[in-house]
Amino acid sequence: MDNLDKAIINLLQDDFPICEAPYQNVAERLGIDVDELLQRLERLLQTGVLSRFGPMFHAEKMGGGLTLAAMQVPEQRFDEVAEIINSFPEVAHNYARQHRFNMWFVLATERPEQIQYILQDISEKTGLKVYDMPKKKEYFVGLRLPV
Amino acid sequence: MDELDYQLLELLQQGLPVCPEPYAQLADTLALSEQDLIERIQYLKKTGVIKRFGVIVNHRVLGYRANAMIVWNVPDAHVERVGQALSQIHYVSLCYQRPRKPGIWPYNLYCMVYGKDRETVLQQIDALIRRCHLQDFSYQVLFSTRCFKQRGALYPVLQTEKADG
Repeated sequence: MDNLDKAIINLLQDDFPICEAPYQNVAERLGIDVDELLQRLERLLQTGVLSRFGPMFHAEKMGGGLTLAAMQVPEQRFDEVAEIINSFPEVAHNYARQHRFNMWFVLATERPEQIQYILQDISEKTGLKVYDMPKKKEYFVGLRLPV
Repeated sequence: MDELDYQLLELLQQGLPVCPEPYAQLADTLALSEQDLIERIQYLKKTGVIKRFGVIVNHRVLGYRANAMIVWNVPDAHVERVGQALSQIHYVSLCYQRPRKPGIWPYNLYCMVYGKDRETVLQQIDALIRRCHLQDFSYQVLFSTRCFKQRGALYPVLQTEKADG
């Protein structure tokens, strides 16, 4: 990854233009040819530097459900419990964390009422208590990682 | 939002085409005019259904190896001020107020900090405590040790007429 790649990533983490020929617009701001921009973007996506290119949605405004859940999993059962949780397609991501509450996952469902059923299902399948930590308020931040 | 908006969101989730006229290509798929499609995306952005539109970086590949969830116990009267202040810090990504669990979990404000390594993250946390005047509030830092599943920000998209929200 060279400086131009970095400049592309930093620029495109901000809002991408929603207009005709948007890549042309970005290429001009970078002072490069649009073909070069497209080629580099393809490569950054293929090599996994960029995980996705598109919108971040507001799940609730789309009519869906979203929550963060936490569990205290005994160390010796960790992998087994992780496998049960990850088997639910509604689990968007799942992190092990260093704490008494050592497993944290995000659940995204088509409808809000499904959240409770799935958390209950996970609790029954694992025999462990699941703590629902739904968002009460979001403070907007632009997630931007300078590279 | 109508049926076409849901179809559009589903398409966009797969990623914006990397070609000179990506919106024209999406418009073709949905049998819309490019102008109509652009207006729909702009509207979804204006109403906040689309929070942000751009590239999502893979922070691990880019060398951000440490990520910490910091949870704070902030008195309810101060939570708005602190949440606003935290969200202004450039290395804070995501900041949410969530419920406490009485007797088990006193923390009500969550934020995420990414860094090249744990040392950097801890330094950043010290700096934000000073900058946001958080010295009086108890907190814990939960570093991630493993990421089991990361499907990005892919959310299921309703395809039905349920657009009453």
